[in-house]
Amino acid sequence: MDFLSILGNGVRGMFGPEAAIYAIAAIGLNVHFGYTGLLNFGQVAFMLVGAYGVAVSVATFGWSLWVGVLVGLGCAVVLALILGIPTLRLRGDYLAIATIAAGEILRYFYRSAYAEPLTGGVYGLRQFADPFFELNPFPPGRYGIGPIDFDSRSLWVMTVGWILVVLISLLVFLLVRSPWGRVLRAVREDELAARSLGKNVYSFKMQSLVLGGVIGAVGGALLAINVQSVQPDSYNPVTTFYLYAILILGGAGTIFGPIIGSIIFWFIVTFFDAFLRSAVGAGWFGDLIDGADVGAIRFVLVGLGLMLLMAFRPAGILGDPKELRLDVR
Amino acid sequence: MRKQPWRGFREAVLRVRLVLLVACAFLVLIFTPSASAQGESIKGTLRGPDGPVAGVTLTVSSSGGDEVGKATTAKDGTWEVAVPDAGAYDVTLDTKTLPKDLQLRNQGGETLADVAVAAGQNRTVIFPLVAAGTPQETPSPGATAGPAPPAEDGAGPSSFGRFLQLLVAGITFGVIIAITSIGLSLVFGTTGLINFAHGELVTIGAMVAYVFSTSPFTLPLAVATLIAIVVGALVGGAMEGGLWRPMRRRGAGLIQMFIMSIGLALVLRHIILVAFGSRRSQYSQYTIQSSLQWGPISITPRDLTVTIICIIVLLGVAYWLLRTRIGKATRAVSDNRDLAEASGINVDRVVMIVWLVGGGLAAFGGVMYGLTGAVYWDMGFNLLLLMFAGVILGGLGSAFGAVVGSLIVGIVAQVSTLWFPVELQFAWALLVLILVLLVRPQGILGRAQRAG
Amino acid sequence: MSAEPAAPGPAGAGLAGVRPEPGVAKPDPILVVDGVARYFGGLRAVDVDHLEVQRGTITSLIGPNGAGKSTFFNLVTGFDKPNQGRWTFEGQQLAGVPAYRIARRGMVRTFQLTKTLGRLTTIENVKLGATGQRGEHFLPAIFRPSWAHQEREIEARADELLERFNLAHMRNEFAGTMSGGQRKLLEMARALMVHPRLLMLDEPMAGVNPALTQSLLGHITALRDDGMTIILVEHDMDVVMGVSDWVACFAEGRLIAEGTPRDIRANKAVIDAYLGSSRALPEETAPVDPAQPDEVEDTP
Repeated sequence: MDFLSILGNGVRGMFGPEAAIYAIAAIGLNVHFGYTGLLNFGQVAFMLVGAYGVAVSVATFGWSLWVGVLVGLGCAVVLALILGIPTLRLRGDYLAIATIAAGEILRYFYRSAYAEPLTGGVYGLRQFADPFFELNPFPPGRYGIGPIDFDSRSLWVMTVGWILVVLISLLVFLLVRSPWGRVLRAVREDELAARSLGKNVYSFKMQSLVLGGVIGAVGGALLAINVQSVQPDSYNPVTTFYLYAILILGGAGTIFGPIIGSIIFWFIVTFFDAFLRSAVGAGWFGDLIDGADVGAIRFVLVGLGLMLLMAFRPAGILGDPKELRLDVR
Repeated sequence: MRKQPWRGFREAVLRVRLVLLVACAFLVLIFTPSASAQGESIKGTLRGPDGPVAGVTLTVSSSGGDEVGKATTAKDGTWEVAVPDAGAYDVTLDTKTLPKDLQLRNQGGETLADVAVAAGQNRTVIFPLVAAGTPQETPSPGATAGPAPPAEDGAGPSSFGRFLQLLVAGITFGVIIAITSIGLSLVFGTTGLINFAHGELVTIGAMVAYVFSTSPFTLPLAVATLIAIVVGALVGGAMEGGLWRPMRRRGAGLIQMFIMSIGLALVLRHIILVAFGSRRSQYSQYTIQSSLQWGPISITPRDLTVTIICIIVLLGVAYWLLRTRIGKATRAVSDNRDLAEASGINVDRVVMIVWLVGGGLAAFGGVMYGLTGAVYWDMGFNLLLLMFAGVILGGLGSAFGAVVGSLIVGIVAQVSTLWFPVELQFAWALLVLILVLLVRPQGILGRAQRAG
Repeated sequence: MSAEPAAPGPAGAGLAGVRPEPGVAKPDPILVVDGVARYFGGLRAVDVDHLEVQRGTITSLIGPNGAGKSTFFNLVTGFDKPNQGRWTFEGQQLAGVPAYRIARRGMVRTFQLTKTLGRLTTIENVKLGATGQRGEHFLPAIFRPSWAHQEREIEARADELLERFNLAHMRNEFAGTMSGGQRKLLEMARALMVHPRLLMLDEPMAGVNPALTQSLLGHITALRDDGMTIILVEHDMDVVMGVSDWVACFAEGRLIAEGTPRDIRANKAVIDAYLGSSRALPEETAPVDPAQPDEVEDTP
């Protein structure tokens, strides 16, 4: 077993395009859940409309990629509005179910035969992001030190991804320390109190849903660009669960929480994947587990991690556990 | 109850407007006409002796047994299922959806195995149909094509007949959802926990019954079901005793426990996947049955039995809740936990019983769900959102509401296939959930709560 | 601290000559309620035919537990919708107006169970109450200079209020760390940031120790003396008798009596309503029963 290469895999995972993309989507979720207390379990729906905004605009309508990104973000605004109208007046737990249901409804429709002329149905769309990669300033080849290296394509997506992470985090930072952010946090703590002080809680929740949703769509668009393809079934509720794991790992309601969470999450996941694969290859588990099961075991690990975090470190591994204990609900 | 009628009306108008707005926006988001797609698919035109046959469901699955897609034949008999890649697929025609006056010409011809699709190909396959009553042929190897032989007469079922048929199917589906969702609803009512791992109790039930009804055990399914119920109850009790009760003791918040239940669901579901694989299996004892027929309604004895057993169980649960001491205590805890505790009810004991009963019912529902369809690793998770829809439609925490809501969800899911493709049936059921929440946020049987 | 049992003082002077009967008209009402009713299922929680609240007074709503006082509070402040009825504040119709707008119009409430925002600091809690904040709009929020000046003014006002309510030492602590009594004070300070003309306090003395109760009552009378109108909800009538200019008594959702504290003490209907609640009416000079073991909330 080559431990160094397994470790290299892990380090690659923590800075790779996926980590940046999930960090972006988790920042959006942080606006919802971390700062406003909205139990949005349909964040994947915003990623889906962002991704398909790009894919459909380019592959189906032949528009430019950049128009496609704008279409994706526009779709996220529309989705936030139509999702918010029925659900934002509901109690938190109703909201969770309604949003996860909305995400599934959208997935069903995007994969349906009705939508096939537009979305490509179950097999989705491909090869729509060439203009993005034409801008790649890195000449083809591999870059890195030792076992940690990236091809020029990944490096380009990573660069753009992490720059976006920084810019979006800065925007969120400016917003949440303003009086606007103060109202959001007040809504998270107690929405009746905010209302009794003359705050239009519904409007603030809607603004939060739109902002976080658009950020999620940025993540979705980048995800589609990164793999040059979209398939509806990869936008299932489990993606949202990943995002919650990331957010809680890093600490919800903090600026660096989603970023640190995503880095650690992807390190653990890729490290563990690589470790399991080589352990299976070395025959450590006999017939008990084969290579095809590694994907499933990754989910077991994520689930277990989510449970342990929530039980023992609900404020995240860097958060102050005392702070969450104040939260008596 | 006094009310200002005109204000109620104005609110109603406002809400209808909101509903329309939401619906329109969804449509804009989803449909816009445009160019056609390319890629591999399997397609065909289903024809009977006198013309195209509409409304028949076909399922394409990969050679590994994973469902790739479903289609329902259109008015002109055409259908098409997109497949992700070139390869071999199994195509199955759902004989239950065939008009009553038609049957397959070949015995066992409902499945065409290993249909090869080349890259970029739109492969056409044919299911030969003959009038009901014609003796079935044993298929010659590889015979998947051939013109349908002429036959006497027989019109397709009327659309009202189809509606009745789907209504019955919807009731069957609805009572299964209802059985599984009672535990979900009672757990929420007594502890406030939204248990995302409830779907896994359903899967565990179906799996346990499957294991015990096949070799090496080969017990009768009824016995295997009883074992499944016991296992489901024990797993439910173990979750409560080993996880949720300690967490409550530590003063964990509801959101905290809700997210933990998501983690638990991921763990259980994927352990099941590793242990049993991703194939879809069926209970061997009840696979092939001929339908009973009443007017336009046909139902297999299996589905009829499932429906009747489920209704009996539901009545039993109702009796338990309304008439027995422990059932009344359960409702008291649901109404007001503190008050119930103060009046001497042992809340922890009630909650444990709710978990045992809920787990057992979920496992039983899982067997029933597996009977009408297939047993596979994420069947419970697939059902979970529909359970939630039923529970919320009826009003969170009310067991009777859960039953009413589940019936609505089941019926909407099935009847929607009268007008829309089968692949969207769950989407409509979930859409109904969101629309109902728009009009009546507390659910159909739920009560509005006091603020402040 | 003015906990002296007072006959209608200078503030209550406008009420001189108003007859002590339910639904009586007042010379200068700030809040007028007409036929407001709320049913929960078949249960009549509130059914008030007519009630006027005189400007610049402390008016107490009393009644045994479950008399519908808090529900009535929720209704007129927009936190619950009545099945029927209309009410005006400063002559403006409020039926159907959302709670946050009612608050902005100057009718601000607190809650029976305090709603402090635990993971916001004390100063943030108070600053939140300020109205018309430019920085609460999405785009200006991004550019600090557009709201920094206003924020400084708000902070100065908030600090003043913290000083006044003896909370300055908690300024930068999370509000979730406060004791029950401090939370009550914080809620009051926060409500004052909204610039209320009518302050509605829902059981501000519940669960507070006797010393702090006196301090709270002192703050309340001081606010009245500044010209604010105050409505107090209290089920323990002894507590409020000393400070109230006018008392309205609820029982089973209906307004059964109105009058000065002296009138109410002598009122047969009120005595009957309270007899069920196990305690006889005390002598009129005892505003607070110091022996009463108040359930003091624990500090978390």
